[in-house]
Amino acid sequence: MEATKKEHELIVSVSPHVKSEETTSRIMWTVSLALLPAFLSGVYFFGLKALFITALCVLSSVIFEALYLKVVNKKSVIGDGSGFLTGLLLGMNLPASLWSFSPFTAHVPIIASFVAVVITKQLFGGLGFNVFNPALIGRAFALISWPRAMTIWMAPTASFLTMDAKTTATPLGILKEAGMSELIKVFGDKVSLYEHLLTGNRAGSIGETSAIALLIGGLFLLYKKYITWHIPVSFLGTAALIAWVFGQKGALFAGDPLIHLFSGGMMLGALFMATDYVTSPSIRNAQLIFGAGCGALTMLIRLKGGFPEGVMFAILIMNCFAPILDRGFRSRVFGAVKTAKEIKK
Amino acid sequence: MSSHSTVSLKDQILNGIIKENTIFKLALSLCPSIAVTNSLKNGIFMGGAVLFVQVMVNMTISLMRNVIHPKVRLPIFMLVISGWVTVTQMLMAALAPDVNAKVGLYVALIVAFASILARAEMFASKNRLLPSMADGLGMGIGFLFALTTISFFRELVGKGSLTVPTGLATDHVFTFINTRPVLLMILPAGGFFAVGILMAGFNWINARAAAKAAAKAKAALATH
Repeated sequence: MEATKKEHELIVSVSPHVKSEETTSRIMWTVSLALLPAFLSGVYFFGLKALFITALCVLSSVIFEALYLKVVNKKSVIGDGSGFLTGLLLGMNLPASLWSFSPFTAHVPIIASFVAVVITKQLFGGLGFNVFNPALIGRAFALISWPRAMTIWMAPTASFLTMDAKTTATPLGILKEAGMSELIKVFGDKVSLYEHLLTGNRAGSIGETSAIALLIGGLFLLYKKYITWHIPVSFLGTAALIAWVFGQKGALFAGDPLIHLFSGGMMLGALFMATDYVTSPSIRNAQLIFGAGCGALTMLIRLKGGFPEGVMFAILIMNCFAPILDRGFRSRVFGAVKTAKEIKK
Repeated sequence: MSSHSTVSLKDQILNGIIKENTIFKLALSLCPSIAVTNSLKNGIFMGGAVLFVQVMVNMTISLMRNVIHPKVRLPIFMLVISGWVTVTQMLMAALAPDVNAKVGLYVALIVAFASILARAEMFASKNRLLPSMADGLGMGIGFLFALTTISFFRELVGKGSLTVPTGLATDHVFTFINTRPVLLMILPAGGFFAVGILMAGFNWINARAAAKAAAKAKAALATH
């Protein structure tokens, strides 16, 4: 009797009717999990310093977010993990050599976290309202404010506990300063260069070096349908195309796209930074344009700009265009009446 | 603005400093407030130049208000403003040439400041000499105050030092931090950060003061 009554019961509710298991916190923690392989490889190659820098970023991001929310009397949203993820991404975008006390640069991650969480995210209204990717603004702030400290790169060391390390240039730095032949000479031969780039055994930011680990994380997110292929593929595709056509000085169609794809922050940027929900378009066609813009700007900065690496600035510039792109590609609502202006056309 | 200001001269001056602060409240003339404020000295001189022009323009317009035909008032305001800006520029070039080399370009731009023309149009052309002077003084001091705080903040955070003018052509540099300050703050982008942060602080202090005053008024009402 009870069962039949239940069957016939009508539930009236307002839309949306489709409910999903997904919550903000679940997405944030899953993305953090996807970053784990790249982070572990960073710790493997750069030792305890990498661990300390990332932990410092995560801790200060979470603490600054909690403090800010307390000061302005907002409900605490620390549990949603977005502060944690911002800190993790920021830490993975910094060089491990920042963990240094003479000269003292350990304050840089803390200030960068403050800029990322409080200024870029919370002052704009909190998660979902920020125009720019918080972790990238934090990094840009640090790079412009402390250009020396932010460009001292540690040579990867295989021993975990080593605290003092040799400094060296990143592959893109060598490419910019000395050219392709010198880069191949440093790594022995081309195969060895590819091998170093893929495994992450090269100088760079903590989490950007290992292309394989980043791809594993990215494919995991694609499999879980947390990101779609549009932004990464158009980002990497455009960058590869431009690298192939213009990568070699003096000759067209002679560049090496693989070196550009696997060096710098290209993989980390294309898979984890440009695909941030809040700061990228949500319509598929707009995402393709967004990714292509990121790729083109990255290669423009790498090949013609003053910086050896351009992923960060490219994504930040395209972040500005995300709302416009979304508006431009909005599909017409079914049955909507044309406005007078459109009929005139 | 009423044709005859009924507020006291003191309130007229305070209006420009707090209630209608050109930069922190009206967000006008942000161009010089970002361009020249990377050292305290430049900020003070720029603010001083604006203060001088604002007061002189207000006084001149107020004296001329009965002979200016309404139809041609704007060109005449502009002529008066550019006249006083030229005077300021020449004075600066003669008395403080090294500052003039850095902020001279922006001193010439004072001609185009919305705040100066707006006060001439809205206030000085309708009020007598003393209120107009007080208004110009208030707006000018408000601008000087804003530029001084912005440049103080930016130079301290960006360079770790403060360049304090000790005379028209002399200054003394106090250095607080010798290593790695936040370089971004003295770059143009840092200007926006500084103005935004200080504007938030200014509004926060004002909001607190207003809340306190409201609470006081309520308490006074309750005791009656």
